[in-house]
Amino acid sequence: MLRIECPWCGVRDEIEFRYRGDAGAPRPAGDAPAAEFIAHVYERSNPRDWHAEWWLHVAGCRRLLRVERHTLTHAIRSVVDATDAREEPG
Amino acid sequence: MSGPARIGAGSDTDAAAKLRFRFDDRPMQGLAGDTLASALLANGVRVVARSFKYHRPRGPLTCGPEEPNALVDVIGAMGREPNRLATTLALHEGLEAQSQNRWPSLRTDLLAVNDRLARFLPAGFYYKTFMAPGWAWERLYEPLIRRAAGFGRIAPPRHGGANAHHGACAETVHDHCDVLVVGAGAAGLAGAHALAVAGLRVLLVEQQPAFGGGARLDASGQAWCDSMCAALRRFGNLRCLPGTTLVGAYGHGVYAALQDSTSEAAAAGRGLRERLRVIRARRVLFATGAVERLVAFPGNDRPGVMLAGAALNYLRRFGVAVGQRPAWFLNNDEAYESALALHEAGVECAGIIDARTHSLAAERARTAGIAVHLGAVVDAVHGGNAVSGLRYRDLRGGEVRRLRADCLLVSGGYSPSTALACQAGASLQWQQRIAAFVPQLAPETGQVAGAARGVFGLAAAALDGAGAARRIAGQLQSIAGPARTDAAPQPPLPPDPEATDLVPLWEVAGRGKSFVDLQNDVTADDVRLAAREGYTHVEHMKRYTTHGMGADQGRTGGLVGSAVLADALGVPVEQVGQSKPRPYAQPVPLAALAGAETGAHFKPKRRLPLHDWHEAAGATFVSIGTWLRPLVYSARKGWEPVLAEARHVRGQVGITDVSTLGKIDVQGADAARFLDFIYANTFSTLPVGRARYGLMLREDAMVFDDGTTSRLGPNHFLVTTTTANATAVLEHMEFHLQANCTRLDVHLTDVSERWAQFAVAGPQARAVLSAVASGLDLSNAAFPFMAAATATIAGLPGRLFRISFSGELAYEIAVPAGAATAVWSALLEAGAPHGIRPYGLDALNTLRIEKGHVTGAELNGNTSADDLGFQRLLKSDGDFIGRALARRPALAAPGRLQLVGVRPVDPARRLRNGAQLVTATEPKLSLGYLTSATPAVAFEGWAGLALLADGRARIGERLQASSPVHGESIEVSIVSPHMYDPENRRVRG
Repeated sequence: MLRIECPWCGVRDEIEFRYRGDAGAPRPAGDAPAAEFIAHVYERSNPRDWHAEWWLHVAGCRRLLRVERHTLTHAIRSVVDATDAREEPG
Repeated sequence: MSGPARIGAGSDTDAAAKLRFRFDDRPMQGLAGDTLASALLANGVRVVARSFKYHRPRGPLTCGPEEPNALVDVIGAMGREPNRLATTLALHEGLEAQSQNRWPSLRTDLLAVNDRLARFLPAGFYYKTFMAPGWAWERLYEPLIRRAAGFGRIAPPRHGGANAHHGACAETVHDHCDVLVVGAGAAGLAGAHALAVAGLRVLLVEQQPAFGGGARLDASGQAWCDSMCAALRRFGNLRCLPGTTLVGAYGHGVYAALQDSTSEAAAAGRGLRERLRVIRARRVLFATGAVERLVAFPGNDRPGVMLAGAALNYLRRFGVAVGQRPAWFLNNDEAYESALALHEAGVECAGIIDARTHSLAAERARTAGIAVHLGAVVDAVHGGNAVSGLRYRDLRGGEVRRLRADCLLVSGGYSPSTALACQAGASLQWQQRIAAFVPQLAPETGQVAGAARGVFGLAAAALDGAGAARRIAGQLQSIAGPARTDAAPQPPLPPDPEATDLVPLWEVAGRGKSFVDLQNDVTADDVRLAAREGYTHVEHMKRYTTHGMGADQGRTGGLVGSAVLADALGVPVEQVGQSKPRPYAQPVPLAALAGAETGAHFKPKRRLPLHDWHEAAGATFVSIGTWLRPLVYSARKGWEPVLAEARHVRGQVGITDVSTLGKIDVQGADAARFLDFIYANTFSTLPVGRARYGLMLREDAMVFDDGTTSRLGPNHFLVTTTTANATAVLEHMEFHLQANCTRLDVHLTDVSERWAQFAVAGPQARAVLSAVASGLDLSNAAFPFMAAATATIAGLPGRLFRISFSGELAYEIAVPAGAATAVWSALLEAGAPHGIRPYGLDALNTLRIEKGHVTGAELNGNTSADDLGFQRLLKSDGDFIGRALARRPALAAPGRLQLVGVRPVDPARRLRNGAQLVTATEPKLSLGYLTSATPAVAFEGWAGLALLADGRARIGERLQASSPVHGESIEVSIVSPHMYDPENRRVRG
């Protein structure tokens, strides 16, 4: 079971969160061609590595968090609010 | 003396407290503190089970949870429970146990013929034998295999049992601590003590009812253990949980343990049996000890063949001698302890066969007067239902000798119990000194100490445990409480005796079956067969032979199987490794996982604000998700009460409770922009005081949800969702707001439970509302269809919407949930002159099907806006979720299933949900299917909605609605889904 350190609520059990998918595959711009949207919706890498993902803290602060989790060990190396994640370069 | 084999007092048993029990209907006596296995052995019972595949007679191999053989059915207040371990099952007065997997009896088992047929039943024989014909698997092979294989039988209690009186038999408890110490042997006790002294919050779990582990088998160890336990009890920051087995490590410091609560529950008069403990710990200290290994040699499964350490346990803890003339076969010094102990207790020892050529312990045994044969191995066991003797062979000269013995005590060395540490992420290293793997754990997870990492001997293990504890305490200094300087230092254990190293010993070749897994009847030959057939990876070998897949997880023979495989492949055993252990480390009853969440507590129930009113009005309730909703206001079954309610709405006026709708309050300067992005249609153009139907797509352009959204102010909207998607839509909106619309000024608030909402529908609806909504002109011009306003209703502040799901002139009234009863009553009173009556979910469904409104059956995740006839709603400019993929050519391609209405040609015939639409000429080619069906009230006969290939182009055609499960096929007309008032005259009236 994951224990996620929510920046607002502290360390909480996975059951309080809802997984919202790959945070490394941002939604294309609204006027992007269909091919980009098809890639966004259907094409996902399945890395054995660090993976950025969205977790929504539905049973807590209801904030969206960007979590970096290792898919092999489940280790979590960073948790930031989605708003802060956006300000980071890259 | 409670059994002929009870030769003295045991540390666990109370000679004064005799208990009666029954095994296979035979009455026997045991002592308080006995396990079922120790009591059976005390009574001279050797055969306690038949084996899984070959139905060979079996007796206990071990004295603990690693037991592969001694599984029994227990018949008690909880019903008949299979697969309980006799070696851990505490004896109690009146215990009734039965042996498993034998027919008709333990002594004469007809399926023991499998043993003779063994050469036709090799590993993988299911896959090879039961191949053809295809039909035979389900009807012939599987029932036969199910009868022959498997273990016990499960059955509910005969007369309701404990469950009926006390509710759930299990519960879940959550624990938090700084350090979890697993195992209370020498290493665990010393470690827990050091951690508690350091001021950390410690939780110590031990699967045995008493602490001490190996320390309890020795007088000086027992004294140390007693003083340690007394010291531990004085710490306020340490909790002890005996009888608690750690069953899983789940990462992030989360562990699960199963606590046996039978004795505690019996004392409290409750039916509680297990407690599942979910433990969250910053660090873990695994002091899980080691498990003695068996050796694969022909006949190593005969009743009477037992692990040497088990014999020592039975003697010291229960006062039971496992044989009158035991012999030993071993390769290590530790195992000599059982020989010395039994000899000292006056048991005649037949002799010790040691595979090594020299040993310090052998010299001690000879001095004591026990015959030791060095450099020899056992290659045959004589006897059927009990050992009568053995044959051993000199490794150098090859001479063969025989020894008369009634039991054979085996030891192939000790394997650290690494399963839990591995689950927690430990890696394994081979240690040649003990011929076993030891775990290495990342320090940020915890430490492994004592025999669990190959440090054998009580004194050495205690020292190791204290050392590991200090390393953990060093890391957790910052969070520790004040150190307990007042704690008295504990005296050390006496030094461990010097020992000669073991020599690896895995298998002795010979005629007959040499088992590597007794529970699943896997032999060394099976492992070699797997290797020959290409299953050379230990995980493949495991799955092909089932080695280690039993409830005991092959603890006693796991490494032996790996060694046999390594030998077959010509590689060292460390290269083959061990199969990966997964939770659960011990069998866990499903009831323990369910805990108290059974019956009425299986899921929470949400009751409407008006629940009591509905109940008093005679409603039949239906469970929709977590909600309880009134289905129909009648106890009568069948359509008539439903249709009466629906007719009343069409003809006069009805009122229904729609409070379960999801309601999301959307506010902020960018609220309209945000809704334009979330919905496929436009909301920025919606005037204040108006409502609009909204269609929400997923990014893949399938319809996600629909509902009515009203603009209450320039920057204030109220979104309603379907009941089923209330949670999902809120999460969807929150996700997109925070992930994709971060610059928008929008606030989302879930107000679903704040507002009760009722629909008043029917030709008289305006007359009813006019009487209660004061100060509001409800004329068609002033408050037209799709108008929305705040309003005072029955003197209370509320909201009024002119929206309709039924297809009639209708209003929805929203009031704060606390005012629900007052307003509902006022509406009923105002409606009384017009004959208002409540209608339930079924009537609502009838009305919406006639009208052609879609709901969950049509919004099934596979339907696009175009499929449902909503293509015109999609806005042509601006971005919204689903926009790009809605233009995929495939969604406009011929053959898409489109929404249509369906009516039987013969109005006397009924429609059925799920019926397939076919042509009369091709009755097996499905063109679509019915999603909803109801008897109609607006016209004669039934009405249905369907998803039909190119449906819109087929309107006017006739097809067959075929329901093979009902043996029916009826002719139907394909019509527009809007079967009632397609011009919307009534809703606008």
